[in-house]
Amino acid sequence: MSTEPMNGSQILLKALSEQGVDVIFGYPGGAVLPIYDELFKQNHIRHILVRHEQGAAHAAEGYARSTGKVGVILVTSGPGATNAVTGLTDALMDSIPLVCITGQVPTHLIGNDAFQEADTTGITRPCTKHNYLVKKTGDLARVVHEAFYVARSGRPGPVVIDLPKDVAMGLGHYTPATAVGHKSYNPRTEGDPQLIAQAIELMAKAKCPLVYAGGGVINSGPQASERLTRFIRDTGFPCTLTLMGLGAYPASDKQFLGMVGMHGTFEANHAMHDCDLMICIGARFDDRVTGRLNAFSPGSKKIHIDIDPSSINKNVAVDIGIVGDVGNVLGEMAGLWKARKNKPDKKVLAPWWKKIEAWRSRLCLRYKPSSSIIKPQYAIERLYALTREHKDVFITTEVGQHQMWAAQHFGFDKPNHWMTSGGLGTMGYGLPAAMGVQVAHPKALVIDIAGEASVIMNIQEMSTIAQYRLPVKVFILNNQYMGMVRQWQELLHGGRYSESYMESLPDFVKLAEAFGAAGLRATKPDEVDDVIKEMLAIDKAVIVDVMVDQKENCFPMIPSGAAHNEMLLGPDDEAGNPISDEGMVLV
Amino acid sequence: MSPQAQQENKHTISVLVDNEAGVLARVIGLFSGRGYNIESLTVAVVDPKQALSRITIVTSGTPMIIEQIKAQLDRLVPVHKVSDLTLDGPRVERELALVKVRGLGEKRVESLRIADIFRAHVVDSTQESFVFEIVGSTEKLDAFIDLMAPLGLAEVSRTGVVAIARGVDTI
Ligand SMILES: Cc1ncc(C[n+]2csc(CCOP(=O)(O)OP(=O)(O)O)c2C)c(N)n1
Ligand SMILES: [Mg+2]
Repeated sequence: MSTEPMNGSQILLKALSEQGVDVIFGYPGGAVLPIYDELFKQNHIRHILVRHEQGAAHAAEGYARSTGKVGVILVTSGPGATNAVTGLTDALMDSIPLVCITGQVPTHLIGNDAFQEADTTGITRPCTKHNYLVKKTGDLARVVHEAFYVARSGRPGPVVIDLPKDVAMGLGHYTPATAVGHKSYNPRTEGDPQLIAQAIELMAKAKCPLVYAGGGVINSGPQASERLTRFIRDTGFPCTLTLMGLGAYPASDKQFLGMVGMHGTFEANHAMHDCDLMICIGARFDDRVTGRLNAFSPGSKKIHIDIDPSSINKNVAVDIGIVGDVGNVLGEMAGLWKARKNKPDKKVLAPWWKKIEAWRSRLCLRYKPSSSIIKPQYAIERLYALTREHKDVFITTEVGQHQMWAAQHFGFDKPNHWMTSGGLGTMGYGLPAAMGVQVAHPKALVIDIAGEASVIMNIQEMSTIAQYRLPVKVFILNNQYMGMVRQWQELLHGGRYSESYMESLPDFVKLAEAFGAAGLRATKPDEVDDVIKEMLAIDKAVIVDVMVDQKENCFPMIPSGAAHNEMLLGPDDEAGNPISDEGMVLV
Repeated sequence: MSPQAQQENKHTISVLVDNEAGVLARVIGLFSGRGYNIESLTVAVVDPKQALSRITIVTSGTPMIIEQIKAQLDRLVPVHKVSDLTLDGPRVERELALVKVRGLGEKRVESLRIADIFRAHVVDSTQESFVFEIVGSTEKLDAFIDLMAPLGLAEVSRTGVVAIARGVDTI
């Protein structure tokens, strides 16, 4: 320890810099004032002042998801910390690496119900991957380095560092990152070669194989997506992706069957049901994907590759479970496949592909076009078509029907360009997430595909967007309903639209102007292209209010409690398939 | 699913953890948050130099749930090692109980006689009460306590199960 002692806040910033942090999303308060004072005195870390701590957390998620780096948040004690909880939970569910520094009352006051005291480590224990309460300034640097290691390694997730004010002000010595190892947390990243060989054996024999990949492929890094793509090409297998996995395999490719799950495609879900070999890569058999568990893909052998051992055999028992980084395992599998000189066996796979093509020919994403009223699907199709020329397009979403339509109708060919709240389904995610993406990619086109209800949940972030001149585009599919709630009420509750209609919505055009952004509106189908073009031509933030069909429902749909092959394709299917009592209790 | 896969079995799981603030809350929170059973849980420092504690948990569930419990425990950052002693082979399991029995006359004598059979020790006595210390398996303790019930059983304090594998191997 030859270095001069520093105060805790200086140690914190030095450790963040050493971890490669260049941006923090935060909001000040009494318990973090010493840290803000040190931030003021330096200029290598940029601080983005949000308008609500939930916004900071989602912005950091957008930042992390679009860069592959750890997102960083700084909030004060008490309400600052509790406001961040939704964002932390969201990051935990979707495996997004975050480090959240929360201020805390000085150590001698902890437990006394001091002003703005909350039991932050207690509150965040179940919604973080790990958390720390730092009691000594001398421990701080080590804790910060450890927190980054935990956040980014294994299955990524959020980590909280609770920092009492006296620790941030006290003196201590700095510990460099290189001096910090981890004694107990060492996740396995290489798959077991024997199991990989067995998996290849099964693949070589499969007649109706299907690859089902998810967000783990994105988390593993762009190389994993490249390897997945090559592997699919080398095998000739069909591939489906989860909501979180979109972009891990090019949507424009023939071997892609579209998204799987509750609002996935007819072909993807039927292929899941009928396949004889399912290869699950970095996905977790979520209930939105599996539908009714006891009818889930009854005839298939299952291989599951995941970095998190607890994901394997959690919901669905599998035949081969391989623990490891999916990128590494895909690399190993590709090598073995090549070594066996296996080629896509067109003859063996032909009947399977023929079946798939028959499902595909149902054109399940079709909708009834209209010349008088804007169909939400049409608006997204046009948005996709008119932005294809742009080099770098990032899409975030809120939660609801618009989210599902975006997933269905916007094609993603690259990883890290699609950010949505999958596991937690957090309304209010999209706008701050878009803000975080735009901070990380100032030149890119960043669009939040929004619902009018969700976007209001964090609309205050328009003010942050104005302050930092972020040219974020907010594309609202305005149906004046909590559409997804209305849809469930129509299908499950006899059309009693209890509290799902929004009265007194703001005038989004004026709202945009109030925040210094541009506001545009489309009310007829023939105005859609024009407002999109206009939006793209404006080099500042824009809110586009697209008035869409209020009654449109999102199809296809696997109703709750139903199996993959019991999908509803459209409104005409509803009547014949009443939802079971077991289905009614499911979320 | 086969009936075997559905059957719930009791498992004794040893968890080696860093002895740090909050670690027990993490383990207990995991069980309550995910709806797993805890039949017994004990914890104490076992290696003061390396600041390691050992938690012994007796839980029950189907084989798939037991696998989940172990994987979830292993995922906690301060957890070093998770061992399923029930699957690992023969083991020794012990629990200690302090049992207070109040009574006079024949009942008092009878309680002493039974304590003797169970190799329980008297660790405190007054004119009208005994505190017995008994060590053994959970079943033995249960049996002893049952027999004390008609003889003036007043109060029980139990440690919960601690366990260790037989033989030369360590966890
Ligand atoms: C924070 C939060 N509260 C409630 C819900 C339940 N919920 C799911 S979708 C939805 C309606 C969303 O409405 P809107 O944003 O207008 O999207 P739409 O479905 O109309 O496209 C609601 C209330 C949620 N997902 N998140
Ligand atoms: Mg709506």
